[in-house]
Amino acid sequence: MSKQTIFLLRDTSLTQDNTRDFQILFLKIARDLGVEDSIQAVRASDLGIYDKGYVVKDLNNKITYANIQETDIEKFLKATIKGEGSVDEFKYTADKCQLRIVLRNCGLIDPENIEEYMAQQGYCALAKALTEMTPETVIDEMKKSGLRGRGGAGFPTWMKWSFARNSLDETRFVVCNADEGDPGAYMDRSILEGDPHAVVEGMILAGFAIGAQRGFFYIRAEYPLAIKRIETAIEQAYERGLLGNDILGSGFNFDLEIRLGAGAFVCGEETALIESIEGKRGTPRPRPPFPADKGLWNHPTIINNVETLATVAQIINRGGEWLAAIGTEKSKGTKVFAITGKVKNSGLVEIPMGMTLGEVVFGIAGGVLGGRKLMAVQTGGPSGGVIPLKLIDTKVSYEHLAEVGSIMGSGGLIVMDEDDCMVDIPRFYLRFCVEESCGKCAPCRIGGFQMLKILDRIAEGKGVEADLQQLQRIAKGMQKASLCALGQTAPNPVLSTMKYFPEEYRQHVEDKKCRAGKCTKMVQYTIDQTHCKKCKLCVVNCPVGAISGSREAGYVVDQVKCIKCGTCYEVCKFKAIVRK
Amino acid sequence: MGVVCLNFKFFSVFAKHARTSLTENSMGKNTLTKADNPAKTQDEIIAGLADKWRDKKGSLIMALHDVQSHYGYVPRDVARKLAHQLDVPLARIYEVITFYNYFKLTPPGKHRISVCLGTACYLKGAPELIEEIESLLGIKEGQTTSDGMFQLDVVRCLGCCGLAPVMTVNEEDGDKVYAKLSRKQVAEIIAKYSKPGAIEKK
Ligand SMILES: Cc1cc2nc3c(=O)[nH]c(=O)nc-3n(C[C@H](O)[C@H](O)[C@H](O)COP(=O)(O)O)c2cc1C
Ligand code: FES
Repeated sequence: MSKQTIFLLRDTSLTQDNTRDFQILFLKIARDLGVEDSIQAVRASDLGIYDKGYVVKDLNNKITYANIQETDIEKFLKATIKGEGSVDEFKYTADKCQLRIVLRNCGLIDPENIEEYMAQQGYCALAKALTEMTPETVIDEMKKSGLRGRGGAGFPTWMKWSFARNSLDETRFVVCNADEGDPGAYMDRSILEGDPHAVVEGMILAGFAIGAQRGFFYIRAEYPLAIKRIETAIEQAYERGLLGNDILGSGFNFDLEIRLGAGAFVCGEETALIESIEGKRGTPRPRPPFPADKGLWNHPTIINNVETLATVAQIINRGGEWLAAIGTEKSKGTKVFAITGKVKNSGLVEIPMGMTLGEVVFGIAGGVLGGRKLMAVQTGGPSGGVIPLKLIDTKVSYEHLAEVGSIMGSGGLIVMDEDDCMVDIPRFYLRFCVEESCGKCAPCRIGGFQMLKILDRIAEGKGVEADLQQLQRIAKGMQKASLCALGQTAPNPVLSTMKYFPEEYRQHVEDKKCRAGKCTKMVQYTIDQTHCKKCKLCVVNCPVGAISGSREAGYVVDQVKCIKCGTCYEVCKFKAIVRK
Repeated sequence: MGVVCLNFKFFSVFAKHARTSLTENSMGKNTLTKADNPAKTQDEIIAGLADKWRDKKGSLIMALHDVQSHYGYVPRDVARKLAHQLDVPLARIYEVITFYNYFKLTPPGKHRISVCLGTACYLKGAPELIEEIESLLGIKEGQTTSDGMFQLDVVRCLGCCGLAPVMTVNEEDGDKVYAKLSRKQVAEIIAKYSKPGAIEKK
């Protein structure tokens, strides 16, 4: 039989999934054209592309086509299979900029079937490590790769491993940190759900490298599907002798268990996570001793992020130099980001380190929603900073992001436009940190609360000049004296917005104005009589009856009655409502 | 009784800070533990749980997860019996329950509305949705209406930020996700669930 072209089909629209219907139609048209024997059309569960209509990926030629209508299928098949005509118009370009290493299997293989993972070189790295390598050479390979932790801090993975390896204590543990707490980010969930075996293999390799006997998956309970997929993956690995005693006849024993989180952001912090696995309240421990020295039940423990572990097997397979060739001098490999906010194509992307933020936001993600102007992007979630438009050419890497006052973080990338207020955003993040602070240390517990109170005051239009200095002072105290990185980094969103948008803070404090109209206590809605067409839509929709008047005299908003809900602003078709 | 138990299973899966998978629409199908036979008495259930976890180091949280997936919350007498069975002080159990947002001390409402207040949803107007629901139902976040019909939870990122703002309402066969919402739609959705028998028909 001649070689078949394999097509992956996927309905990427966000509201419904008609992939099955599309596949049936696709196959029917192929039959009508007499090309059904030269193609295979497979439904994919996720291609990492969203809101692009029907997407077809030509696996043989590695070309992706997007926005294909049912009526285009015939033309599409004629062009791709018979070579009649062209379908360049459907070519999906964003794919070129992405580099899928961690997400390579996501959406392509059946995550609940170990065979499919194995067909993609799965568990080859484990076999290689156990038969041809020693723990030391595994760590060496990791060192060559330059892989740094993807959980936020970016600590070199090999170093952590060798600390544990060199410990005198022989009882050691590996923990996978799958407590993805950053709101607005879901990279780890997608990896666990899409390619669970890659993480399991990474765990076993880590266990082999440091000489651990047991490993724990710490997964947030709010990810039931991820939990189930990992459960299945572990079960299958046991069945195949990839876990348990004497793995692949090498004499290496390793067991894996799942522990569930219970909705506490701070439990993503490694020492708090250890407390939580031990069945206690998740409050961080002072460091040192570091977990690699004294972790779970006081034995050496390494804690790695899902994405970090999902990269390990490929490093062993392809060699450390392979990964080291990708990225910048100090940041190697790729990073997965969840792009959200005011952006056209939100979704998951995996990019090589060193690409600029602008390329990601404008290139891959298609720019700002509704053609509006980009204000800033935010990376690192509640621990990160805001990066203004003028720095959009900053490279995505640990060192470059740190230089501009943000962090790589776990992979949230939030796009903000002119409608977002640069006092309101940090207030949102700070409130998050205050709610999630475990309360163990005073700088975080009290400092965070006081900073939030000041920001609340500023947002209400009651801020004074001295408040700004006070914010800086408390922030410094928190950065220096908090017990864990939650408190140390909580002021980051505030500090970075103060640094890049001082004018906005000044407006809030001095002029009592919010440019974006988000700080509702300060805004006033008025009606611009020249634009008003007297349609009365605002009058009818106002929930408190604050708008009155007549056709002749015009309509006005009663500022005392107005609750500043913004309904009139939304419903007006003639932009006659002015928000100031 | 059987139906109620099932229902509770789903509640628990979707407690505070829940996220959901849209592509798979998986919620509810996968629970953390297999449902215990509803015919079992409370004592038997707790004894079974305790046997399962007693010898595993540091498993209190896992045991509590099992309790909550069975009852939908952690009832006080269950906590007391569990303390006895596992031989840990009741205070230790409460210390843990009150620290973690996931564990509840009160029974959940019939329809649990979870509004996402993650970053993406916040930017796209989730606070207004919450305001609207609060004024429609006359409750604040975390509360249940006096007739036990609705419970309003504010959660952190449902993991479908592309659809922001998002909220979910639990139904028999998992959670229904409502995406790209406006104030107006929220009122319609609540009206839908207010009708008697709205959820049973599903
Ligand atoms: C408040 C807080 C929350 C964190 N949340 C996470 C998380 O959700 N996932 C994660 O992998 N790391 C998280 N971290 C980072 C971990 O402490 C730790 O650095 C990481 O898991 C180490 O893995 P890596 O070296 O592979 O990055 C968090 C840290 C802090 C301070
Ligand atoms: S922020 Fe609401 S779904 Fe992620």
